[in-house]
Amino acid sequence: MKQKITGAEALMRSLENEGVTTLFGYPGGSIMPVYDALYDHRQTLNHILVRHEQGAVHAAQGYARVSGKVGCAIVTSGPGATNTITGVADAMIDSTPMVVICGQVGAAFLGTDAFQEVDVIGITQPISKWSFQIRRAEDIAWAVSRAFYIASSGRPGPVVLDFAKNAQTALVDYEPTKVDFIRSYRPAPPIDDNAISEAAKLINQAKKPLVLVGQGVELGEASDELVALIEKADLPAGCTMLGLSALPTDHPLNMGMLGMHGSYATNVLTNKCDLLIAVGMRFDDRVTGNLNTYAKQAKVIHFEIDPAEINKNVKVDVAVLGNCKETLARVSELVNKADHSEWKAKFKPYQEQETQKVIEPAIHPSEGPLLMGEVVRRVSEMTDHKAVLVTDVGQNQLFACRYFKFTERRSVLTSGGCGTMGFGLPAAIGATFGAPDRTVCMFCGDGGLQMTIQELGTIMEQHSPVKIILLNNNYLGNVRQWQYMFFNKRYSFTPMLNPDYEKIAEGYGIPSRTVIDRKDLDSAINEMLQTKGPFLLQCAIKEEDNVLPMIAPGASVDEMKLEIE
Amino acid sequence: MTQYKNKGGQCGACETCGRCDEKNLSKCPEGVTLYTIMTYSENFAGILNQITAVFTRRQVNIESLNVCASSTPGVHKYTITCFCTEETVQLITKQIEKKIDVLQAKYYTQDEIFIQEVALFKLSTPRLLDNRDISRIIRSHSAKIVEVNETYSIVNITGMPEDIESLYSQLAALECVLQFVRTGAIAVTKNPRELLDEYLDVRQQEGNN
Repeated sequence: MKQKITGAEALMRSLENEGVTTLFGYPGGSIMPVYDALYDHRQTLNHILVRHEQGAVHAAQGYARVSGKVGCAIVTSGPGATNTITGVADAMIDSTPMVVICGQVGAAFLGTDAFQEVDVIGITQPISKWSFQIRRAEDIAWAVSRAFYIASSGRPGPVVLDFAKNAQTALVDYEPTKVDFIRSYRPAPPIDDNAISEAAKLINQAKKPLVLVGQGVELGEASDELVALIEKADLPAGCTMLGLSALPTDHPLNMGMLGMHGSYATNVLTNKCDLLIAVGMRFDDRVTGNLNTYAKQAKVIHFEIDPAEINKNVKVDVAVLGNCKETLARVSELVNKADHSEWKAKFKPYQEQETQKVIEPAIHPSEGPLLMGEVVRRVSEMTDHKAVLVTDVGQNQLFACRYFKFTERRSVLTSGGCGTMGFGLPAAIGATFGAPDRTVCMFCGDGGLQMTIQELGTIMEQHSPVKIILLNNNYLGNVRQWQYMFFNKRYSFTPMLNPDYEKIAEGYGIPSRTVIDRKDLDSAINEMLQTKGPFLLQCAIKEEDNVLPMIAPGASVDEMKLEIE
Repeated sequence: MTQYKNKGGQCGACETCGRCDEKNLSKCPEGVTLYTIMTYSENFAGILNQITAVFTRRQVNIESLNVCASSTPGVHKYTITCFCTEETVQLITKQIEKKIDVLQAKYYTQDEIFIQEVALFKLSTPRLLDNRDISRIIRSHSAKIVEVNETYSIVNITGMPEDIESLYSQLAALECVLQFVRTGAIAVTKNPRELLDEYLDVRQQEGNN
């Protein structure tokens, strides 16, 4: 039934139609009619007021990554919109479903350099899955539904709606609309039977197979299908950073993380295997190292939903296009039960070397200052490996991803492709709304925390139960490590004078504690986990520690180093 | 495979590429050749921007670009030529097709398509009258003089890009060209199948299900 309502009201109803319950946003001049309409929808649309628009997009990303639903952010035009750009780019490269609604000046002012007018479409087209300017109220229902369909289907990604003010205030005959088909857009390519049988054939012939598990397995909700395949054909696997929780850490076939700071065994043996089976991953340079020497001896199968990823970085022998939930299951039916014990035993000596030289000293040090690795592992253990891990970017991220363990799906939130410092805190806020029943542990450094530290205000207001573990080494640690290794130890602007974080937390009414001595660590973590609501746990970390092992930039995966020479 | 040569007899790709001393495109060790990418999209604003951005990111120069309505109502056709390797043109084509409102993108070598281009020359009429060679060159290229007045004359030619380049270089040598403009290549495939129609039919069926 048709009825005349304002465009802003039509947006509210369209969002409700899409099942939106949570919005992260910040009001401003060009989005005020929407905020006025929102005032009447507070019962159904829970709006979280952030402290900066970058916080809104990262929170929406965090919400989306833990829940699998589309995250939604609402901001005003001009600087409001440009402040979301980092989050949009981050969501694009990490395939996170998100809809960002930006206010825009009225259509009559477009192109006149009006107050707070920015060419949002021009800026966001290259970094979003779709961006569209709503200039007429008649387009709202269609555009919003299309936005959510595009963001959530196929390979997910961010969509930007640039919402002109005249369309917000105009009256419109609103009719609920559902877009679930776009003729120019195929969310998942049709499955090719040949590719399925070719893939199964290669797996059956392989003597030394290695599976690369990416975030596509999480996004496709294909963990069960993946486990079924690797268990049936006895395929050892490594996970990308974003794919870490797609396969339980302690699964006997999980040989560890891939990439620059991943595990020694998976990296070295990537150049020894005879078949690489990549699933929902995109051969990022942080995974492959030098492409010219990457797995040249192996045949390659690529399970992938996005045809544009095929042969982009690594030439493949068989591309299995489609949703991996379906393709993995179909390949599973055709593979033979196998036993690759001899090949799996090859991982052991590398794992033992890494454990002895790197892992044990990192998680069970007996003396000296606290280390990031031991804090991470204790938090993981004391949450029964069931918590959601959120990280910022840098050493905190690499140690957290190396030493946190995962038993549940959708448990790792980190800015992988973009490497956005400042991602952690707002993403963790979003995660507490996306997974309200889970413990959310956010590891960050003193650098990244200060990039979005204003979101402590959001945590205060929402009482969001974010467990903030600040790994404070008074350095921009990862850059310092590279300066140490590749720039002759010239610490150019990486030492940092820090504020008193406990006082800052106190100002926001967030309980906190600082750990300096190792013997206090367990009781402090316990206090953090027992405290209802947010908590800031500051750990005084050894100043000049390095993340190891490491594949130096430009080096081959099998040139991974366990120590710095 | 037809080679695209500019007036110096060297390929444009090699001149800009500079990775070797080879000036003949057919011997390019990198396998660079001229590709024509034909793309169809919905008629929405801003899609051209998205398509050209793919070339920018891959650092490939567009040699020519033509955008117009296609034979299917509401569908726009883009004909884009560029020099690159087959590997690069494959990636570019997939990146273009990935855009939400792009219906189809395919790439072709020169022998797989029928190409034509239009060019206009504005010539000095006194020079034209002075030098009989000029009108001889125009006739030999099957070009037409479509306008004459006492200061300038306008010549129109439709043909292969090579024909247009040949006409330009010969006229330019006689120093009579005031202005020169060309449309860039337009092309239709030699394939007996109409791939866009097939795609639209399949999608219509999928949409109905």
